[in-house]
Amino acid sequence: MKNGLAGKHIAEQASPLLDPGMSNQKKRKRRRWIEPRGSISLQLYLALSVISFVLMLAGWSALTYTGVIDPLFLPSPSRIIQSGFKLFTEFHFIGDILATVLRVFEGFILALILGVILGLLIGTFKVVEAFFEPMISFIRYMPVSAFIPLFILWIGVGDSEKVLVIFFGSIFSIILMVAVEVGTVRSELLEASFTLGSTPFGVLRSVILPASMPGIMEIARLVLGWAWTYIVVAELVASSSGIGHVIIESQRMLRTSNIIFGILTIGILGLITDLVLKLIIRKMFPWSYGR
Amino acid sequence: MQPLVEIRSLTKTFAGKRRNPDVLAVDTIDLNIMKNEFITILGPSGCGKSTLLRIVAGLEEKSSGNIYLDQQEIHGPSSDRGMVFQAYSLFPWLNVQQNIQFGLKNKKMEPKRRNEIARDYIELVGLGGFESHYPKQLSGGMQQRVAIARALANDPEVLLMDEPFGALDNQTRLLMQELLLDVWEKTKKTVLFITHDVEESIFLANRVLVMTARPGRIKADIPIEIEHPRSYHLKVDPRFLNYKKQLTELIREETLKVMRE
Repeated sequence: MKNGLAGKHIAEQASPLLDPGMSNQKKRKRRRWIEPRGSISLQLYLALSVISFVLMLAGWSALTYTGVIDPLFLPSPSRIIQSGFKLFTEFHFIGDILATVLRVFEGFILALILGVILGLLIGTFKVVEAFFEPMISFIRYMPVSAFIPLFILWIGVGDSEKVLVIFFGSIFSIILMVAVEVGTVRSELLEASFTLGSTPFGVLRSVILPASMPGIMEIARLVLGWAWTYIVVAELVASSSGIGHVIIESQRMLRTSNIIFGILTIGILGLITDLVLKLIIRKMFPWSYGR
Repeated sequence: MQPLVEIRSLTKTFAGKRRNPDVLAVDTIDLNIMKNEFITILGPSGCGKSTLLRIVAGLEEKSSGNIYLDQQEIHGPSSDRGMVFQAYSLFPWLNVQQNIQFGLKNKKMEPKRRNEIARDYIELVGLGGFESHYPKQLSGGMQQRVAIARALANDPEVLLMDEPFGALDNQTRLLMQELLLDVWEKTKKTVLFITHDVEESIFLANRVLVMTARPGRIKADIPIEIEHPRSYHLKVDPRFLNYKKQLTELIREETLKVMRE
């Protein structure tokens, strides 16, 4: 009886060995792509990414070139390229792009400088947190677009109003996110630096700031993405230049293709700044990314 | 002779949160630490030994009692009491050399002198060739060697070590003990070392203090009369085994108390 059981056990264990070809085949058939968090090859990844763009373009072409959709609502891809070309050559679109980019960067950089300073102080000192944090959390939930009429009332419809919209839209998120980031700095690092003779402000400068720098840059990347949406809202309301201005003017003249070209331009600008920042971050903080 | 560090009826209670009673972590501890002594504090986990060390470092407030360093009462952390933590205390954005120079920079020492000192301590802990590596490129044992070098480079009066090898695998741990012993034999730095490992406590120390389970009191103060230099062969020496037997009994009683709670 005992022998019989043992024999069966061995037979079961040995079965894959008896037919190695089959077990190998089974292994190869494991579908990696359906495994949660399973990795896929780079080729497959790239192919899928390209396919999604191709599909979108194909669907778009199918709807427009066949005349299913009125070009007034959705022009064909070639029409959009044409009008984009016209915008650059006849309507000095590059000037509008520059105006928009400049506003975004002015407002964003101001918000970043002030936001990082305040965020660092809030994340480090409880008294500063108690003073600012509740107020900022409150203001943050007020939509910046609703403030636009007020800003216009205060400082008019010039460039500074657009810059203020970006500044106002970005700074509160930056402050709160930086404060949270600062809070994640390991307390061992602070304690170690105190036992190495650091002063409270020395710790802020030489431990907390460098330790949270990569996180702060990632926050900057994220918030800059949002800033692109605020600027268009600001330019849609009252503006004589900028991409948002071109979009709203085109709507008035029923130039749908210009609207879409304007939207695409913002998307591309956002993508480029994001990629550039991503690269800069990787280069700046080798200790934090990769080996 | 005047002790380097004097701890006088040191007591620490943690305020209980939400109707929980206060917790007495360290109970009227008296301790004299002489210059050049290597003292290990052996205790079951949660006995307050880390709290004691952190109070000496100035990282934790005491409830009552006094601590004197060179007859001066201590207040808050300072570079005269260097500390080595269990893990992850290196500055990840600084390389090995810069980590070791951190305290020297705080002292506003000129770069040339700083570099020399850093080089000496890198040599002492056997990390030559790794000067420009970042912490995450190093193994756990190497990281702790940097942490030791960083604390020593500052030339503190006393070196406080809070289970510095506790996060390492056993083999690395044994080698690190030998390295630390070698460093101590060369520098004769005064060390207060926390551990829950009986062998570690005997192997390194001139004196082993056994702490009771919470509240932490000093239960036994046992001088280790084994000459230096010591090698790992010592761990099978009858004298070593005798100490081990004695300490194992002492610590076992305390661990059992914790288990029964």
